Amino acid sequence: MQNLVDGILTGSYISLAAIGLTLVMHILRFANFSHAELLSVGAYAALVFDKAFAAVFPIAATKLAPLSLTLALLAAIVVSMAFTGATAILIDRLVFRRVRDKGNELSMVFASFGMALVMRNLIALGFGLHSQLYSRDIAFAVILSRDPLILVKPDQVFVLGAALVLMAALHLVLTRTTFGFALRAVAENPALAQVNGVDLGRMIAATWVIAGMLAAAAGVFYGLSYQLIPIMGRDLVLPVFAATIVGGIGSVYGAVLGGFIVGIASNLALLVLPSGYSPAVPFLLILAVLILRPNGLFGEARA
Amino acid sequence: MPTWGHRPVTDTILETRGLTAGYVPDLPILRDVAIRAARGRITVVIGPNGAGKSTLIKAIAGLVPVSAGTVTLEGREITGLRPDRMAAQGIAYVPQTDNIFRTLTIRQNLELALRRAGPGASGRLAALLDRFPALAPKLGDKAGTLSGGQRQFLAVAMALAADPRLILMDEPSAGLSPRATREVLEMAQALAAQGVTILLVEQNVKAALGIADHCYILAEGRNQVDGPARALLDDPVVGEIYLGGRRAETA
Amino acid sequence: MIGLISYLVFFATVASILAIAVLGLNLQWGNTGLFNGGVVAFFGAGAYGTLILGSPALEGQLGGFELAYPLALTGGMVAAALLAWAVGALTLRLRHDYLAIATFGVAVAFESLMRNAEWLAGGAKGIRGFERPLRAALGDGFLYNLAFLGFVLCLLVAVYLFLERLVGSPFGRLLRAIREDEDAARSLGKRPARVRLVAFVTGSAIMGLAGGLYASFYAFVSPQDILPVLTFQIWAMLIVGGAGNNRGAIMGTVLIWGAWTGSGWALSRFAPIEAQLYTGSIQFVMIGAVIVGMLLWRPQGLFPERLVVSQSGRSN
Ligand SMILES: Nc1ncnc2c1ncn2[C@@H]1O[C@H](COP(=O)(O)OP(=O)(O)OP(=O)(O)O)[C@@H](O)[C@H]1O
Ligand SMILES: [Mg+2]
Repeated sequence: MQNLVDGILTGSYISLAAIGLTLVMHILRFANFSHAELLSVGAYAALVFDKAFAAVFPIAATKLAPLSLTLALLAAIVVSMAFTGATAILIDRLVFRRVRDKGNELSMVFASFGMALVMRNLIALGFGLHSQLYSRDIAFAVILSRDPLILVKPDQVFVLGAALVLMAALHLVLTRTTFGFALRAVAENPALAQVNGVDLGRMIAATWVIAGMLAAAAGVFYGLSYQLIPIMGRDLVLPVFAATIVGGIGSVYGAVLGGFIVGIASNLALLVLPSGYSPAVPFLLILAVLILRPNGLFGEARA
Repeated sequence: MPTWGHRPVTDTILETRGLTAGYVPDLPILRDVAIRAARGRITVVIGPNGAGKSTLIKAIAGLVPVSAGTVTLEGREITGLRPDRMAAQGIAYVPQTDNIFRTLTIRQNLELALRRAGPGASGRLAALLDRFPALAPKLGDKAGTLSGGQRQFLAVAMALAADPRLILMDEPSAGLSPRATREVLEMAQALAAQGVTILLVEQNVKAALGIADHCYILAEGRNQVDGPARALLDDPVVGEIYLGGRRAETA
Repeated sequence: MIGLISYLVFFATVASILAIAVLGLNLQWGNTGLFNGGVVAFFGAGAYGTLILGSPALEGQLGGFELAYPLALTGGMVAAALLAWAVGALTLRLRHDYLAIATFGVAVAFESLMRNAEWLAGGAKGIRGFERPLRAALGDGFLYNLAFLGFVLCLLVAVYLFLERLVGSPFGRLLRAIREDEDAARSLGKRPARVRLVAFVTGSAIMGLAGGLYASFYAFVSPQDILPVLTFQIWAMLIVGGAGNNRGAIMGTVLIWGAWTGSGWALSRFAPIEAQLYTGSIQFVMIGAVIVGMLLWRPQGLFPERLVVSQSGRSN
């Protein structure tokens, strides 16, 4: 039971990250190996903004009990989302768009492979290889149930709630606004979308902003649940890819479901496998999907 | 071979001159194509499979790179604009296939198309539905669930959303039942009667010539013959060479 | 002096081994357009396979087959080929980036398996105990290393010639045809997924050979030898040399391996002590920057081949 609860919590940030990745993979048509590094960018940016806000407005640094979260960090999350969205566009302008303009899709995969290494290690050089926390205070877990024993930290509940709010917000944008229709239209048929007056360049930029914002939130939530460490991107790439493949590349709802499946499966696997094997669990899920249902739960075949 | 001079049209909406275009550099599919479409008229382009009819329409819509020649809309050159800019110039395009967003509902398809028409979309949506009453009961359905004929109606409704100056239609009757074909072509006729300019590509030569004002025949990416639709329909040589066996149907 | 020469022999041996792996990758990416994000898994399968098959019995581990060296080496290649076949058969029919993700995943899973499965390959402490072939005749010193370098060079030349002939053969033309225009190739009755699978498995077996040589050179392999960065290094070597160009691939290997060892030495020598911890990070940034920079500014590599094989046209 505890593993199931932990799995749902893990799933909440994997889902957020996978939504952005699945959009990028669908609209820009390449597997972005540097997507998980946007989580690190977001997580570390929030750390910096949190410190800055707390220094400027000391009152904001008080905890919102029972969370270990402060008002400063809450504001930092929002700013970091904007910052990471902008970073994602900047990287697209500097690297991916230029490769896209001259090369083929596989060169984009290759470029993202290199970018992942650059981003991850620049963060390591900037912030140090050691792990960091948003708050040094020990957050006490709340006992949800004694038999079976289930413990949950208030922060984790916040993470799950906030992730669901973000997903709901995205859902509303996609289903209620013409901007959302335009984004879905581009995903389905870019040429037809253009003919209907949609500016492709803007939609690509919007895709990066959404991907960056959700990645930032996911990165902070990961940091709140565990810790900040420069190699967090390396450990998250595979679970996030697995979530997109399980859900079906291009499906936002698939990515949400895939994220929770990956999170729950990884935590349940701890019951049967030694923890050393957990990095391999997402790969096993990918294998299972490729064998059973190659286009994922919600995906469509596309060459 | 008979040729007809252009009818003296003073009111040309669209004109291409020396249009050369293709999908990959240095491999033109269209060569030196010249056509005109007159205001409020139906201009039809016919020709064998692979003649470049769709390519011509796509080049006008900005979807295929133009390597030489010009496209002018009401006297303004618009060659090589991005497709969304073309749309903003008042060119609407109904592709041959995949001309609606299957994963969006019908309402969402229409609202997306209305987006470029600016504010006041709700009133416009009502006006569109008046014109295409068959769509009204299905607004909440995914467009992918529509039948072939309904899809064409939706596609045309989307094209009309922003009051275009010119509609490019690529084989709107492809894959439709005879009845749906007739409905779609009648709708084209009705639109033209309302003053909309239509450039139509059709396989269904007899029916197309029946509703069109002027006709161009394209083969191997080049202009072959053009003239008033009626005249082409009745010309024995044209019938023999370009309309093949279909000549018999037109008799 | 002798110190320098023996270092050069050591450097040349490792570089030649890596060059073999780069050639294997070139067959996949340069000639066929397949993105292998887990080179290290196939390299590792060769390394572990060779040592497990060739080593004497080790307590609590798989092994004790004591196969003759050439057989063990071949067995390592077969292990890499089997792994590639399994991954390729599942992914090569699908959207192209599935292969990239699946190979990346294989590398992660392989490393985690080798790190944890003590019964299989000693876990984190690795496999030791491989008797270096012909050691009785050549001893352990400089002479042995020189002879081993010769052996590796022979294999490098053999792989090079094999690939050059393969690329020039009808099969090689088929690979390019499929990369350029898959639909056209299919309409000619070829089966692109199958042809790609053959190229992928062959390239991976060559990586396995490199892994086997690497493991026998050190007579030891552990999870530390199959870290993800090796994949990036091999990719950087290929892109610097120029994808599709076998000779360039070899030159790229020497260049990047030289830059890697050189920068490592320089940083450990001249960088302040506090910064030493970050040697790896600095080097990783360099490798990543080489990959991105080459793609942006010189996608054809530093040594463009005479016969330029254009990158495939964009789909859609
Ligand atoms: N996307 C494309 N890329 C490359 N070549 C294309 C593409 N689409 C069409 N062609 C080629 O352009 C030529 C003209 O095709 P086009 O679709 O314009 O013909 P069409 O007259 O519309 O034929 P149909 O009556 O079959 O619709 C054909 O030779 C075709 O192979
Ligand atoms: Mg056509």
